[in-house]
Amino acid sequence: MIKKEVTVLNVTGLHARPASMFVQTAGKFKSKIFVIKEGNSINAKSIMGIMAGGIAQGTTIEIQAEGEDETEAVDALIQLINDKFGE
Amino acid sequence: MMFVKEGIIASPGIAIAKAFVYEKSVVEVNLNKVNDAQRELARFHCALKESHEQIENIRLKAISEFGDEEGAIFEAHAMVLEDPEFTDGVEAEINDNHLSADYAVKIVTDRFCGIFDQMDDPYFSARALDIKDVGTRVLQNILGVVQADLSRLDEDVIIIADDLTPSDTAQMDKKRVKGFVTNIGSRTSHTAIIARSLEIPAVLGLYDITKTVKTGDIIVVDGLAGQVTVNPNAEQTENFKIEKKKYQEYRKELEELKDFEAITLDGHKVELVGNIGETNDIDGVIKNGGVGIGLFRTELLYMNSDTMPGEEKQLAAYRSALEAFPNGPVIIRTLDIGGDKKLSYLSMDDEANPFLGLRAIRLCFKEVELFKIQLRAILRASVYGNAHIMFPMISSITEVRQAKAILSECMKELDEANIPYDKKIKIGVMIEIPSAAIAADIIAKEVDFFSIGTNDLCQYTLAVDRMNQDVAYLYDPFNPAILRLVRQVTNVSNNQTNCFTGMCGEMAGDPMAAILLLGLGLDEFSMSAFSIPKIKKIIRSVRYEDAKAIAQTALNLETGEEVTNYILAEMKKLEIDI
Repeated sequence: MIKKEVTVLNVTGLHARPASMFVQTAGKFKSKIFVIKEGNSINAKSIMGIMAGGIAQGTTIEIQAEGEDETEAVDALIQLINDKFGE
Repeated sequence: MMFVKEGIIASPGIAIAKAFVYEKSVVEVNLNKVNDAQRELARFHCALKESHEQIENIRLKAISEFGDEEGAIFEAHAMVLEDPEFTDGVEAEINDNHLSADYAVKIVTDRFCGIFDQMDDPYFSARALDIKDVGTRVLQNILGVVQADLSRLDEDVIIIADDLTPSDTAQMDKKRVKGFVTNIGSRTSHTAIIARSLEIPAVLGLYDITKTVKTGDIIVVDGLAGQVTVNPNAEQTENFKIEKKKYQEYRKELEELKDFEAITLDGHKVELVGNIGETNDIDGVIKNGGVGIGLFRTELLYMNSDTMPGEEKQLAAYRSALEAFPNGPVIIRTLDIGGDKKLSYLSMDDEANPFLGLRAIRLCFKEVELFKIQLRAILRASVYGNAHIMFPMISSITEVRQAKAILSECMKELDEANIPYDKKIKIGVMIEIPSAAIAADIIAKEVDFFSIGTNDLCQYTLAVDRMNQDVAYLYDPFNPAILRLVRQVTNVSNNQTNCFTGMCGEMAGDPMAAILLLGLGLDEFSMSAFSIPKIKKIIRSVRYEDAKAIAQTALNLETGEEVTNYILAEMKKLEIDI
């Protein structure tokens, strides 16, 4: 399993369109992927989970992945966040 | 039995047809414990697959009939359907708690709806509706409940429903549906928006109409009076048919004016243009004969978005407005947020006096980066037509200069990047604060045009909050003080060759005010698209000389009431209908 920390930079946070983009990207990988926010674990492939997670701008989260493509999965999601979802 | 109900007018017109009571099938779930989990899982997965296919079909239909925005609703539905929290949750209820597939789906759907409903935010309430819509679909598929079908109607009908969801309207046979009547809803609900886009009448918010009307009853939807008549007698039916014909003739007469100029009998020309909030409104302005856009309220681009709209997204919106009117002006007002309008993604402190506080241009000066994104988008769009920039909430020339300095920075950035824009783009200001009207001659040194926003000008000049029922009676744009302020502004522009005055408040589209404003020297009238033909008809039936005399007299009357009575009398003399 690999895990990395990242701080959400875009204005909206993981809400609405960025949430959809995040979940769609996570869905492309076979690994199990979780977002850890303040000790709570959220399934990264669940749109309802991510939106209900209230991950606002400035929140630091940890992304964990386990599976055959775990490295690629974590890198892709971190890049999406660092690119501010193209906002 | 004949009866009449009153509701909210959501879309104009008159329709007479049979009622089709569209009720959501009642789904009853099996609450008993079930032992054969494999069988329940299979029922669930089979229903998931079916739901998937249905949603995809509806999505494609929605895009082709109503556009991408409507299609996006069903993309969201598909994501909910694929959500592992949803599918895992249902499977866990079946495996661990021995629930039936239907009961499991209901429990999990309700759980998620509950989470989103609790968050006090319209965005999340809308998501709760999405989840409910998807959950209901899966349930119906599990139980084999056949939902009444709006896609195969064999005669013309008026749809009577509790409320209509995107799933309902997307699959509906639009040729057969002549009107909507619902228990709940408002002018901004989904049902209202779809009715207006189909140009069929809708009267909403009748509480229990689905209980009192039966399929097959004859219904008259009067979207002009906000009335629904059930089983009218022969005489009433005849009258409604006459009313309907009258309305159609009236619309036709106005449509025929479409390509004529707004010119008085003695040859004085003015410009009639439209107010729009989003690019969807452009068609309406063209159809009604508007020659351009007098007010592009860009805040809707921001408010209808869940995130800050970027430069490219804004550029695309402004460009489509500019390309729709190759000659006419397109006046783009920079972000007017604050006061009663907020953005979910921009934190704004609560204020004691929001209308006197950090709103519009003042907010943009504080959030300069946000302002510059919009200015760059407008500048880049300016190569596609006749763009004008308008700054809102200007109280003095200092703010105009400050805004123009920021605009110059944006121009410089574009120059450095070799991106083209209209270097002579016209710059104007809203006149909505009394100080700007009084000092219009000073402000004129920095601008190419004024646009009078009567709603706020009235509110600030008369110190009245028109949303407050106790003082709303004081709100009167015909108050001589307001007319004098208008005159003060037009006096400045009428005496200069390179400056014009428009009006984009509600008054500009008021038939009662048309002659008065014409006589006060207004050059441009900007209003909701549907008002354009009416105002054009009035302007084409009056002499400018007469209008000027009427305005002169009105300026010297004592009260707003005297002004309106006087105008009514003059219009009667000139044989002009309102």
